[in-house]
Amino acid sequence: MKVKTILLGAAVASGLFAASVSAQTIGFSQVGSEGDWRPAFSADMQSTAEEMGIELKFANAQGRQEDQLRAVRAFIAQQVDAIIIAPVVVTGWDQVLQEAKDAGIPVFLADRDVEVDDPSLFVTRISADFNLEGRLAAAWLAAESRGGCNIVELQGTVGSAPAIERNSGFMAVIDQFPAMEIVATQSGEFTTEGGKRVMEAFIKSTDNLDGICAVFAHNDNMQLGAIQAMKEAGLNPGQDVLMISVDYVPAIITAIEAGEANASVELRSAIGQFIYPVVLEYLANPTELEKWIVIPSDLHTAH
Amino acid sequence: MTGLGSPRVELRNIHKSFPGVVALDDVNLSFQPGRVHALLGENGAGKSTLIKVLSGALAMDSGQIFLDGQLVDVTSTTAAQAMGISTVFQEVNLIPAMSVVKNMALARNNGRYGFISWKRARKDATDRLKRLRLDIDIERPVGSYSVAIQQLIAISRALEDNTSILVLDEPTASLDAKETASLFAVINELKSNGIAIVFITHFLDQVFDISDDVSILRNGQLVSTDQIKDLTRQDVITQMIGRELDEAEHTAADKSNFTAGKDMLVAKGLGRHRTLAPFDLTLRAGEVVGLAGLLGSGRTEMVKLVFGAIQADAGSIEIDGVKMPKISPQKSLRAGIAFCPEDRKAEGLIGELSIRENIMLSMQAKRGWLKRVSRKEQEKLAEEMIKALAIATPDAEKPVGQLSGGNQQKVVLARSLASTPRILLLDEPTRGIDVGAHAEIIALIRRLCADGMALLVASSELDEIVAAADRVVVMRDRHKIGEIDGKEITRDNIIQMIASQ
Amino acid sequence: MSDISQNNTSMGWFSAIIRHRSTWPIVALCVILIVDGFISPNFYEIRIVQGRLFGNLIDIMYRAVPTALVAIGMALVIGTKGIDLSVGSIIAICGAVISWRIHAGDTHFVILLYALGAGVMCGVWNGILVAGMGIQPIIATLILMVSGRGVGLLINSLYGGTNPSFESPLLQGLSTGHIWLIPTRLFVAAAVFLGIWLLIRRTALGLFIEAVGGNASSANIAGVNARFITFLAYVICGLCAGWAGVIMTADIHTSDPISVAMYIELDAILAVVIGGASLAGGRIYLGMTIIGALIIQALTTSILISGLRPEYNLVVKAVVVLFVLLLQSANARQAIATIFSRLKR
Repeated sequence: MKVKTILLGAAVASGLFAASVSAQTIGFSQVGSEGDWRPAFSADMQSTAEEMGIELKFANAQGRQEDQLRAVRAFIAQQVDAIIIAPVVVTGWDQVLQEAKDAGIPVFLADRDVEVDDPSLFVTRISADFNLEGRLAAAWLAAESRGGCNIVELQGTVGSAPAIERNSGFMAVIDQFPAMEIVATQSGEFTTEGGKRVMEAFIKSTDNLDGICAVFAHNDNMQLGAIQAMKEAGLNPGQDVLMISVDYVPAIITAIEAGEANASVELRSAIGQFIYPVVLEYLANPTELEKWIVIPSDLHTAH
Repeated sequence: MTGLGSPRVELRNIHKSFPGVVALDDVNLSFQPGRVHALLGENGAGKSTLIKVLSGALAMDSGQIFLDGQLVDVTSTTAAQAMGISTVFQEVNLIPAMSVVKNMALARNNGRYGFISWKRARKDATDRLKRLRLDIDIERPVGSYSVAIQQLIAISRALEDNTSILVLDEPTASLDAKETASLFAVINELKSNGIAIVFITHFLDQVFDISDDVSILRNGQLVSTDQIKDLTRQDVITQMIGRELDEAEHTAADKSNFTAGKDMLVAKGLGRHRTLAPFDLTLRAGEVVGLAGLLGSGRTEMVKLVFGAIQADAGSIEIDGVKMPKISPQKSLRAGIAFCPEDRKAEGLIGELSIRENIMLSMQAKRGWLKRVSRKEQEKLAEEMIKALAIATPDAEKPVGQLSGGNQQKVVLARSLASTPRILLLDEPTRGIDVGAHAEIIALIRRLCADGMALLVASSELDEIVAAADRVVVMRDRHKIGEIDGKEITRDNIIQMIASQ
Repeated sequence: MSDISQNNTSMGWFSAIIRHRSTWPIVALCVILIVDGFISPNFYEIRIVQGRLFGNLIDIMYRAVPTALVAIGMALVIGTKGIDLSVGSIIAICGAVISWRIHAGDTHFVILLYALGAGVMCGVWNGILVAGMGIQPIIATLILMVSGRGVGLLINSLYGGTNPSFESPLLQGLSTGHIWLIPTRLFVAAAVFLGIWLLIRRTALGLFIEAVGGNASSANIAGVNARFITFLAYVICGLCAGWAGVIMTADIHTSDPISVAMYIELDAILAVVIGGASLAGGRIYLGMTIIGALIIQALTTSILISGLRPEYNLVVKAVVVLFVLLLQSANARQAIATIFSRLKR
């Protein structure tokens, strides 16, 4: 296990650095523009850089590692002050990172991890922690149910990193409470349709969710499907049963306001405010950092 | 027999039958070293089956094969190859996208444990091609060479050091005159090396150019074996298509008081580039027009052009004096034309559908898909047809693919008749049919004609045409070369026309 | 061949049943449902909740509707010796059209027609590529399969948002509503099934499709317009996918082009094949296709209630499907019949 540091108050610190450091040039190589989250992340990285007076060179790899390698080499050639990479894949980074190191340019990772033989090839990884999201959800549930709760879980796509980590983080916390237990778990493949289908089956196999106190969904889309299934079965999601999920998309905000969902853990896309201060501080004062700096996850509830 | 020394290969009493068809019936043949032996016969005469038996691709039902006087058991193509029997089949089985060397290596295992040694494969390929004086880039894909070169590549692939007999199945089918000449040069050279060569073709000129001996097969039986120097073109044609008719068929052909009705279909200058030279054709009510010519002369193509199964690029068709705007199978069917194709399996039947469904298909197509023929009518129709044509089947629901050849042919005929045509086009209506059914079908053709239908019958059986036709169109080399009618319709006249240069 | 008919006469009806192509899929469905009874004691329980029938058996039929609808169209396409990989994308496009027009404020009945029209247009596109231009079906429909979800996203971006949600009493009535206790979508599925059945069996379309699939050049020479028939099959398949699109989109109250109906083409093809049709074309078994769709859904539902870890789901599904397909193969049926006849002797 890597040592993790939760960077608190980074947002506050960012204001101070923006003022004190002269314009830096940073290269950012993004994976691509799939889904909702990543374009929002890209946009935030660009707008935050502007706010903080950073000259950002942005490169979109369109999901191809060779494009990403080319972009990083271009950054090295342009002698940027620092490089941020959101890697397309985990492996194949040793050589280009070595080139950056030889050129004296520090490399930071955002979002996904890489596997390299020499950990000193990059400074640190700054990202959210799926495991933490699972723990946060479990902790809220433990508090709400006073440590006693039968839970049904809607997993993400089997084998995907968020599904594995959110599940293990969740389990790690509820294992502390003897009266908390997952009584049914199935994959809803991160889709509304999947969540609804699985929930319909759960409603039958648990006799109308008899004795079930909470539904934990690995993302909001599945939770929205589950809410529909429960409403169609005459149940009251959010009242009879606690509903907690991850992502905090607009539709779940509406559902929380309507009292049909209770809580959602935010997967932030506006994370430039967490990443840039770390980079700028390192440039001003290069010291050994922890290999993973975790961006805090916020839990949103109705109250 | 030729009586020239001891034969390289001798076939004795070869029998082979398929369901419903006797493909080879007591065939005796011998092939001499250093001679080219041409095998002639119409489609379905048994040539292909014979060479498949010889090359081990098919097991014979009974009979013996002697190689240099020794009884051998040809169990597979590999075994045949090892014994020195090399065959180049009609469908050149080279893979066009693969290089020459890869194609060569596919045929043999030169490495160990299933691995290919490319170094050895390259040397092997070069050596083989050298034997045929072929100097080509072996790394280029086979498909980039002309068909003639491909043919030579296939031959060089088949030739082994110990090859004593080489079988070539229609090697010149797609070659032009120059390419054919270069292939013949190679054949002559192989011949001078003492290899026995079996040559199958339907080009008579080539038979006279290259071969030393000629054997003719018809309906699975050997008709004759002669030296080419003892034969004339006329003899060959007579033996190929001049079957003596049964008495029943002669009586069916009573046309002493024939008068043709009005013109029903008139084709003017109909033709297609590279397929058939433009021709004129008139079909009249109550008249059977025979279509005679050797295999490859354009018989099938003419029938298909008239029906629209092959798209014409020149000429037009008038039906009852009205020009057809477009010639297609659907339009022809609606205009009252029906067509029984030669190749039942590929173009006639739909094997998985029942006899009933096959029979009513054309009739339904004529009515359009919206106006369905009721199940009751379908069953009635199928029953009638099964009875009328004496189709041997327990019931009409049997998948047509399970019927014997003759019965399948009758189903195709039944389908055409069920569409109540006024003009019927038949291509080889008696192909692969036993003698009894043969007479029935000829009688049926005459009966339909007497009812006022216009018929066009293409056939490789000359006597069948003489017996059934009121007028005969003669074809040669993809041209219509003439028409004869009335008393002029005799075997000798037709053969004369085909043979004349 | 001849010894089969001999066996048939000596073995009688029992052997005939064992060999019949419909027997094994139905047996498989029953076995799955019986096993479910052991897994979950109250599996067969049907109650009335919120004014409609409610229970696992109802759920299986309810959830099988989209797959069944798509499979009906797929059966026709496979009958022509073709395949339509784009049905999932057609559903995505229909969903986007529905959500788009609802946000534009159109009448909901008109929107239903728009959605079905979008399905038909997609079918026309596939039909032109396959029948008109002679492109191999697997390639031709791959084009729409790959691009269709993008088209859906593009339509959604016309009015902003990637997963816009909506409410529509009419469409949701069709999808999740009920008439006299029975889910409406079962009526929709029954109506589509009946409509298509009448279309292919009360006209000659079915025969022509089977003729074209069995041997296209024979059919053409027999006077069947093979191109037109093939074209029609793809259009009908598009319409069926359009209906599935209406049901699925209304079900989740949102247009989700990226993930809706993912892999439904595979389930639909599987349903057709379990129903006894061959991908080589030539036969359409509409009723058995529905049984095939029910088997797939019964399997999915049983896995969901079984409490098996999700990691095993696909493996279990694959094993059962493989088993059903083995039973469905002519060789296996022959072998089983032979074993039975030996036992009897």
